[in-house]
Amino acid sequence: MTTESIPADEIKRSKLGIRIPPVYYFLVIITVGGLILDILFAKGNIISNPTILTNILIRSVALGIVAVGQTFVMIGASIDLSVAYTISLTAVMTSQLMQGDPERVPMAIILVFVIGAVIGLVNGLIVTKLNVNPFIATLGTGLIIAGILNGTFANFKGSVPKSFRALGYESLGPIPISIIILIAVVVLGWFILSWTKFGAHLYGVGGSRELGRLSGLRTSRTIIVAHIICSLTAVLSGLFIVSRLGSGAPWVGPDGIYDLESVATTVIGGTALSGGRGGVFGTLAGVLIFGVIDTVFNQLGVDTYLKTVFRGAIIILAVASYSFRSKREAA
Amino acid sequence: MAQDLMTEKEPLMEVRNINKAFPGVQALDNVSVAFYPGEVHAVVGENGAGKSTLMKVMAGAYKSDSGTILFQGEIESFNHPVEAQEMGISIIYQEFNLLPERTVAQNIFLGREPAKIGIVNLRQLNKQAHAVLKEIGVDSMISPTALASSLSVAEQQLVEIAKAISLDAKVLIMDEPTASLTSTEVKLLNDLISRLKTKGLALIFISHRLSEVFEIADKITVLKDGQHVGTVNTKEVTSEDIVYMMVGRVLDHYFPPLGSSEDFGDVVLRVKDGSNNFLNSVYLELRKGEILGIAGLQGSGRTELAQALFGVVPFKSGEIELRGKPTAIKNPFWAISRRIGFVTEDRKAEGLILIQPIRDNMLLAIRSLQSLFAFIHQDGIRQSRNMVSALGEQVDIRVDSYGKEAQDLSGGNQQKVVLSKWLASESEIFIFDEPTRGIDVESKARIHDIIRGLTKQGVAVIMISSELPEIIGMSDRILVMHEGTIGGELPAESSETDIMLVATGQNNHRTSSISVDPERGEK
Repeated sequence: MTTESIPADEIKRSKLGIRIPPVYYFLVIITVGGLILDILFAKGNIISNPTILTNILIRSVALGIVAVGQTFVMIGASIDLSVAYTISLTAVMTSQLMQGDPERVPMAIILVFVIGAVIGLVNGLIVTKLNVNPFIATLGTGLIIAGILNGTFANFKGSVPKSFRALGYESLGPIPISIIILIAVVVLGWFILSWTKFGAHLYGVGGSRELGRLSGLRTSRTIIVAHIICSLTAVLSGLFIVSRLGSGAPWVGPDGIYDLESVATTVIGGTALSGGRGGVFGTLAGVLIFGVIDTVFNQLGVDTYLKTVFRGAIIILAVASYSFRSKREAA
Repeated sequence: MAQDLMTEKEPLMEVRNINKAFPGVQALDNVSVAFYPGEVHAVVGENGAGKSTLMKVMAGAYKSDSGTILFQGEIESFNHPVEAQEMGISIIYQEFNLLPERTVAQNIFLGREPAKIGIVNLRQLNKQAHAVLKEIGVDSMISPTALASSLSVAEQQLVEIAKAISLDAKVLIMDEPTASLTSTEVKLLNDLISRLKTKGLALIFISHRLSEVFEIADKITVLKDGQHVGTVNTKEVTSEDIVYMMVGRVLDHYFPPLGSSEDFGDVVLRVKDGSNNFLNSVYLELRKGEILGIAGLQGSGRTELAQALFGVVPFKSGEIELRGKPTAIKNPFWAISRRIGFVTEDRKAEGLILIQPIRDNMLLAIRSLQSLFAFIHQDGIRQSRNMVSALGEQVDIRVDSYGKEAQDLSGGNQQKVVLSKWLASESEIFIFDEPTRGIDVESKARIHDIIRGLTKQGVAVIMISSELPEIIGMSDRILVMHEGTIGGELPAESSETDIMLVATGQNNHRTSSISVDPERGEK
């Protein structure tokens, strides 16, 4: 007896390429826990006031976009610690270039994306061709950018025109544009990782560089492209931030801890630091967890230091639960 | 010599006068071998004989210093494994080359995904993978959408073969394909090899298990110290001939003599009704000066028993007596400090710190017994130097410097380093888990001598092995495990058949009382 077909449900499942990342359990638990605390101690403000929910999402946009890029490099067994400075550079350059003039908006946007692509290219080349550990390589490029920024630009020089600030404040129907952008970035990231050859090769190279090489993959090129994607997401985050602030300053990136938080949320989302495993939906959940914690703590009026402690605990708890789970699977 | 065997068939692939040197070693010295379609060709030799190097040269992973490679009569020169792959030469390395977090289909077609403008057609991908799995007859076992990490070692190997077939391989090279398979899985693999053979592939495999070489190989090529000793038809030789070719001398005996009753002393370790998640009511007694062999099929709980006795995964219930005192073995540190040593099965992952020098590896176990704050002054360093060279001589490690990193050693030498690490700890109870897996005949004999030597000094040894000749040749008593418990106890020099009967659960020798017949050790 011969059956050509594979069980239909298996194809369906893999065709969509979605397995719900376990981090969503965390998200649900934290959200429910947060709402209960909100009802008990803050009169249920979050539920009764839908703008708070929107605020969670908007808060998550800047981090979410760059975390998608971070997910790419981390799947490729690399990392990018220069994103915070790329964000700053973008914010500063954008407001300098635009000078409040709506006509200069397209030129400025193109230029900052080109600069971002160059940063990503340089990061990728240092990692692949000079064989520098990515942690060190991007720490180095990040410091270089920081130095140039602090030496060249003062705070809040220039500004972005009102039309550009729509990106940060306007809505398309009931949904804020920024949230649409975040969702688009996540979906695009998912599509690239799950459906394209580049995505498959990135998982391959990240899972095992040597195996990738033996399978005829262009390992360096794959990692370089991942770095470029990551830097471009940092630029997009920077654009969003400057549209909210109206003007850029060198400290906006490092102050938002976008480097470490993008790594943290990616890891919480289930992407392995060692590469080859993970995805953007997990990362999105990681970002939302941070957003929910922020919002709930703000509503409760709890000290922000405690919030940071709680974030740290979440990172450890999440990663510990993954390693416990994989241990159990191995047994 | 290869020419003597020329049949009317044309060789599919041929290497002629291949030389390859690495710093300090002539890995291949003027080697010429021909491989024919529809033939299974085994390459044997001690570790360091040049087998893997030859395979890597053929697969394009190494470039030879001189010599020619002919494929289908044409001279080829591969600059990259992918070039060889595209010609139809595939190699399956000993370390598995699958991405654990990706599906079977994604693994098989990595780098060759069916795609339009960069977008992968997943349905097509799974379909093609299914077709390939079906072609080698394993489609009912392995789903294209299963994650590689969810497969057993044998299934992963089948996926690798499927990958080779999907590359339209004409020559399939396998480096020790059966090293970690159970006997059922070996049979499955052998069946597949026979089927591929009838399709006209040239199959080449490296193996240390001569019995299996004789079972499936049509021809055997023997390498020694980088030189081609000869290629013979399997039918025309015996395993003694091959061993003679491999070592250049007749091994008069593989194993040191068994212990005698005066060697055996008091019971040093006793387990009554020991159980945990993997083990079920284990009874065991170990006496001073004896080797207690533990046999059993893969998955029968052999390694789990060793781990319980060393405190890696301790017993949850039951009674343990160590040197007559009731106790519990809580963790490895506890075990080491009570003079229990454990030479693990996976020397790369558990036995050695590969990126550290041999010296530090040797001193690892003994250092763990010292205080964290012990000051290593000058005398201490000199003392440890002396200790390292004494240990090195004892186990016969042949290296130019003990400062070399452990990863640069051959398998045999690595195992000797692991051994010396535990010898340094002066343990009184030794647990060996597969002490000679994957190492050459000479190192094997050396390690067997060392183990027997330990018992002469009053050490009690538990030796786990999946190689029955080793169990039979070394053990003073044999415990056979079956489904997580002791299936039965057999005396020294029991037959392979007796052991297999217990291991497969067909003969229940299980003793309900734990008393050990004192006469039993005497054979």
